[in-house]
Amino acid sequence: MKKNRNVGIVGIGQSVYSSHREDVNQPEMIHEAVKEALDHAGIKMDDVDCVVHGNMELFEMVHQPDLWHTLGSGAYGKESLRVTTGGTTGSTLVCAADYLVSSGLHDVVLAVGFEKLQEGHTTGGITNMADPLWARQLQTGALTGMTAADVIHEFGEERAKKASMKYRIQMDKHAMKNKKAHRRLGLEFDQADDLAVNSPALVGELRMIHMCSQSDGACAIVFASEEKAKELCDQPAWIKDHITVHREESFAIFGDAPYKTSHRYAAETLYKRNNIKNPRQELDMFEMYDPSSWWGLDWLREFLLLDGDEHLKMIENDEITIEGDFPINPSGGVIASNPIGATAMVRVAEAAMQIMGCAGEHQVKKTINQAIVSGFGGTMWTVLFLLTREAP
Amino acid sequence: MARRVGICAVAQTTWERNKWHERFQGMAIDVLESLKEQTGVEFAKKLKKGPGINMTISCSDDVFDARTISNNGMTDVLGAHMGCEEKVAQEGIQAIYYGLVAIQSGHNDVVLIMGHCKESQGKSRNMVTHVAFDPFYTRPVGLDFCAAAGLQARAYGAKSGITDEQLAKVVVRCRENAAKNPTTPGVPAVTADEVMASDLLADPIRELHAYPVSDGAVGMILAAEDVIETFTKTPIWITGVGNSMDSFFMGDRDLTSNFALKKAAERAFKRGGIKSPKSDFDVIELSDQYAYQQPMWAEGLGLCEEGKGGQWVDSDGPDKNHVNLSGGTLAGNPLILGGLVRAAEAVRQLKGDAGDQQVEGAKSAMAHGVMGPAGQFHSVVTLARD
Repeated sequence: MKKNRNVGIVGIGQSVYSSHREDVNQPEMIHEAVKEALDHAGIKMDDVDCVVHGNMELFEMVHQPDLWHTLGSGAYGKESLRVTTGGTTGSTLVCAADYLVSSGLHDVVLAVGFEKLQEGHTTGGITNMADPLWARQLQTGALTGMTAADVIHEFGEERAKKASMKYRIQMDKHAMKNKKAHRRLGLEFDQADDLAVNSPALVGELRMIHMCSQSDGACAIVFASEEKAKELCDQPAWIKDHITVHREESFAIFGDAPYKTSHRYAAETLYKRNNIKNPRQELDMFEMYDPSSWWGLDWLREFLLLDGDEHLKMIENDEITIEGDFPINPSGGVIASNPIGATAMVRVAEAAMQIMGCAGEHQVKKTINQAIVSGFGGTMWTVLFLLTREAP
Repeated sequence: MARRVGICAVAQTTWERNKWHERFQGMAIDVLESLKEQTGVEFAKKLKKGPGINMTISCSDDVFDARTISNNGMTDVLGAHMGCEEKVAQEGIQAIYYGLVAIQSGHNDVVLIMGHCKESQGKSRNMVTHVAFDPFYTRPVGLDFCAAAGLQARAYGAKSGITDEQLAKVVVRCRENAAKNPTTPGVPAVTADEVMASDLLADPIRELHAYPVSDGAVGMILAAEDVIETFTKTPIWITGVGNSMDSFFMGDRDLTSNFALKKAAERAFKRGGIKSPKSDFDVIELSDQYAYQQPMWAEGLGLCEEGKGGQWVDSDGPDKNHVNLSGGTLAGNPLILGGLVRAAEAVRQLKGDAGDQQVEGAKSAMAHGVMGPAGQFHSVVTLARD
């Protein structure tokens, strides 16, 4: 693949994430993020050529919400595109903005992802994804304890549960440094044993404490062509490459045989075409869409193409902390904040902030030259990005 | 300069009031099979070498489908298992806008576009479009897109003096054209008197002024110029795209100004090198969801003078400009797919596949889509063959 021209991220805005943003309506909440992103990029709405918008309609039950949200997104008189792909919507927004700029059609594109989950019924919305004839009676929203059971089966109950809870508490420690994060619980490692027993069970060993939140919030990112990006920003974050991998909706449709996950497939393909041979060594950090700490730890192995228990060791040896050798989610990740239509975009925003050096209190100390970012949604759909410090 | 992008083939199901016997996946597979047959295209991952579809853009609507992630239940039809698929959740013509840049960016070579909708599944389209309004000010007064169109039709009538007879003429002509289009069976011919005596939906809009409820699917294959020969000998090039959003509250707008449409057209025409919309197109496909929209959009697109839409209809402007020879959206396409079907019909003309309605030697065309209350959002695409 030869990209038509380079695309850089030059401005980032995020609303404060919370379970109840009752102080703002949807366009107002979007406006918070848009204003912050424009200010960060040092531009005005007049400088934006096109606004890309996305969320999932059934959560708030607003049809074609970009129409109403024009009040907050600034799309009046602009070109505009609306894309949605479930949980990966935020990733798709970034892909769309990348295409719109890289193609040469636009020089400056603003993408806006949002969700106000308080105004709808999140689990009801997700359950509605399943086929009404075959699968809806079995669907339980986003809750699945399958991975917890698998990890326990593979590594034993004690080690698996310990690693999962350590990952969870570590993410909270990151969230405590991120003022925008929704859940900042102030957890300490010595609470691990207590939480493992007393946090309410959702499905099997997936407990409330392991699971992501449902949040209200919006994220906005300004994308610019290489020429424009260099003019606007000393250190843009460059979008080197990305890959989208969906999969069948029924996990067991091909029988019980082990299958290659969309995560591993996406990672293998992306690394191969970017000549990355040893991701764990060559990449500097990972901002992952981690809907629960069980998934977070399990997917680490897939995305970094690790073998055996290498992923557990990364957690046990404190490699994934902000100060660690391979930081994961310095933002606190999805477990801390999850406004679904924005969530996957926040991952890109957070990794870009690390490259741009503007993450404030949760800034990683080492220089981030290459970061990977994942989005997750649908039935194990993956979007994987490669962001770089140097223009590709 | 980015490479050119062309449309290799288009396919549609028929558009019918209630396809109760088909699920949306089934409608889509008929479209996919037709596209494969026309072009020999295959999904890239199934090929050892050579170009194939490496991105699918679906187009559907969660509320119409009453399913979160309405593209999720059709992964197989979209070729998305271990592949790339993204959904445009807007007027379907925007899938062309997106497909164009997805290819021009260099990321993709061949894109499948697949739109579906079954409007019949809802008790009323108006229940869907009602929830497009904000819950605080405009939803409580009971607005939906039909009521909003009524307000716009009234304002346009006051400005242009368009008559009931002129609007009836638009509908009668649409039905005559639809009868010659194999994709719109079951749209009976009507007389002007029948149009003028039909029930009021949203004063002054009458039942026969409105596009019928319909179910169906439409798709196309887009490809980059360096690989397009593999799939077609007659590529239809996407020469210009442009769209624009108007403000949301109708009270903030001049409902007759065609603000968004003019901006959309200006952008598309500039990119497409169109100097005179009146004479540069051999074929024009407009999204006329309601009869008043055909003359009103014609004004906005510069096909006739401002405020002269009625005279344009009287003087057979639609026939002279070859507007909606397919029957147009008035003959029945789902709300979210109208513009994408307009583009498919324009491609049919440019490829010389339009049968009884063929414009001899058609080389240049425009397709238009509209979304939102009283035309809040418009999108225009210009197309041409070598």
